[in-house]
Amino acid sequence: MSIKLNTRQVGDVSVVDVAGRITLGEGSSALRDTMRDMVGKNQKKILLNLGEVSYIDSSGIGELVSGFTTVTNSGGQLKLLNLNKRVKDLLQITKLYTVFDVHEDEAGAIRSF
Amino acid sequence: MRENKQQVPETVERFLDSTLDSVDSAEEIAVGVAQRAGFDDDNLTRIGMAVRESMVNAVVHGNRYNAHKKVRFSVGHNTHLFTVRISDEGEGFDFESLPDPLAPENIMRTSGRGIFLIRSFMDEFQMRHLERGGTEVTLVKYLVSK
Repeated sequence: MSIKLNTRQVGDVSVVDVAGRITLGEGSSALRDTMRDMVGKNQKKILLNLGEVSYIDSSGIGELVSGFTTVTNSGGQLKLLNLNKRVKDLLQITKLYTVFDVHEDEAGAIRSF
Repeated sequence: MRENKQQVPETVERFLDSTLDSVDSAEEIAVGVAQRAGFDDDNLTRIGMAVRESMVNAVVHGNRYNAHKKVRFSVGHNTHLFTVRISDEGEGFDFESLPDPLAPENIMRTSGRGIFLIRSFMDEFQMRHLERGGTEVTLVKYLVSK
């Protein structure tokens, strides 16, 4: 399975449900396109739900960082939801875990914006 | 956790095209051999990711997707060591010039974490320039704790 992205609106927060693999190629470019599209539409509160993401490589990590920077520079906020152990470990060893605002339940994440 | 089972030694070698499909193929082959060697799920993920990152370096940065250049990929194990070798036909690069992705000034970079992840996930990692041109990397995971 490559990647599936589904965007939904919860109040003024845009939630992106991501499933599959975020790797170099289709996976990372699909995520990049989605993020750029949302910033282009002036969406300022973005929550990436990574609960169904099975795998992220260094290119995928790069896309998360790029998305965070793009959204922040446009005056918005990008937060992460439902990291599985592997993704959490990956963000921890790359020292990115504390860069992102990471949440474990959606309602709490929505309220935090 | 590493397994101590005595598995039958196995070696697989392929000459792969410089494409992202080859990255997927190499990862799949390596994980299959690692599984038969007795690694648990966590280590299979680490091995798969290290092989993926190494293959991306060979295909993208080494051979630059050149259809005339191949990636030589081999994976195998004996009773003690699981070893992967990947070589490209690229221009090579200065091993000493790799930036530290954990340095504060590099944390928010969007690239440059591949070799760091390989080192993190494998027990040994070596790079060398080949006389005929190109770069070879060797990745080792211990089948038994040293």
